[in-house]
Amino acid sequence: MGDPIIDGIINALILLFTGDPATWQVIFLSLRVSGLAVAFASMLGVPIGVIIGMNNFFGKNTIISLINTLMGLPPVVVGLVVFLLISRTGPLGSLSLLYTPTAIMIGQIIIATPIIAGVTLAGVSSIDISVIETAKSLGATRSQTWALIVREARVSILSGVAVGFGQSISEVGASMMLGGNIEGFTRVMTTDIVLQTSQGNYGQALALGLILIIIAFIINSLVLTRLQLRSKKLAGRRIMSIRLIPVK
Amino acid sequence: MLLEVKNLTKIYENKPIIRNINLKINKGDIYTLIGPSGAGKSTLLRIIDLLEKPSSGEIIFNGVQTGNLNKSQEVNLRRRMALLHQKVTLFNMSVFDNVAYGLSLRGVQSNIIRRKVQEALLKVGLAELEKQNATLLSGGEAQRTALARCMVLEPELLLLDEPTANLDPPNISLIEALIKDMNKEMGTTIIIATHNMSQAKRLDGRVGFILNGEILEEGEAQAIFSKPSSDRIRAFIDGVIV
Repeated sequence: MGDPIIDGIINALILLFTGDPATWQVIFLSLRVSGLAVAFASMLGVPIGVIIGMNNFFGKNTIISLINTLMGLPPVVVGLVVFLLISRTGPLGSLSLLYTPTAIMIGQIIIATPIIAGVTLAGVSSIDISVIETAKSLGATRSQTWALIVREARVSILSGVAVGFGQSISEVGASMMLGGNIEGFTRVMTTDIVLQTSQGNYGQALALGLILIIIAFIINSLVLTRLQLRSKKLAGRRIMSIRLIPVK
Repeated sequence: MLLEVKNLTKIYENKPIIRNINLKINKGDIYTLIGPSGAGKSTLLRIIDLLEKPSSGEIIFNGVQTGNLNKSQEVNLRRRMALLHQKVTLFNMSVFDNVAYGLSLRGVQSNIIRRKVQEALLKVGLAELEKQNATLLSGGEAQRTALARCMVLEPELLLLDEPTANLDPPNISLIEALIKDMNKEMGTTIIIATHNMSQAKRLDGRVGFILNGEILEEGEAQAIFSKPSSDRIRAFIDGVIV
């Protein structure tokens, strides 16, 4: 065996371009489980963030502190708690969810929801009160005002979703404990990396790691970076338009 | 009569901001509220726009008492007015979408929105910037965009809160011309708050002189400025801090 790092890079390229079915199955399962988990987490986290951010109520500070704490929830702890809930002897044992992709999804929803809620909350809170006042005076109803706030905070909200997805697809603790790393059924990229490493297949493990990074890169550059850069591009266009005005 | 303000008082944290104001505004009037910063002009406009509740007194808009309206009745009534805030806020979207915002809230068809927005942008001289992100506009352009956003709504009552503060003379002239046009062509009733006396003279309508939340004097601009009735008004006109 040669240098594991070079082996890994070569292996990653081979796996990416030759389409090894077993590897692709692991990749697709990771994307499906984490994609669905983040979709559900967004449905929960975005409204939670908007509602808390837009309203003042007793105990708001405590709830914000709680969300901030949960944003750094260790996946292995989430795995443990969900494991105890859905294992045969647990209160939800009758649902037979343990060692299924659904179990991994539940864990990842719990991991991603506070992240999405927290970042949404910060984004919504940073919107100036004058935006709300202006919307109202232009005739917006309460729900139309909320829709505008979400639109104004869209970059923050999408950042939250992207971070939530990154956290979900890269966590190993919950996936291992709740999925069990069953080949062809619950084996995702991170649990496969752990397995390959323990078996001494460093090249294969590193290849999967590289693929994981490439996926994160593609998703971020497709969604987030484009959105974040949009206003800068417009700024560039504006400077162009000023230059185009003929000098008298 | 389009608007009647009766015995309006607003107390905020035990401090009276508005004291017993009475106003009668007819359809098609231009009414200038003039007074120094902190006199209560913005608060009065916000109460008329139903953004704030008065501590006591009444606002009667087109015969409708506004005191006991529910939320949706309030929105419906507010949709017949437009308020250009002192601090102009444009949304993080294109100039076109900003101007179209109020119309889209009202469910106006998109082809009608397009026509009205483009007409308004042409009037305020921003037709070429319709695709530009509005947050990147200069001060004058932003103010004109905000005015266009109110204009397209064709409100019965247009409330303008210091619409030309911090603008350069060409932008001030343009905005004053647009205000007069709206009043003449569409018959829009306008209440404008300003601390600029020459602006009040140029707009040539009725003037209310507001100080410490009270309207001290009301009348034609020329008359008030040439023969102020009280020392406090004279001091303001002469540029002395009152």
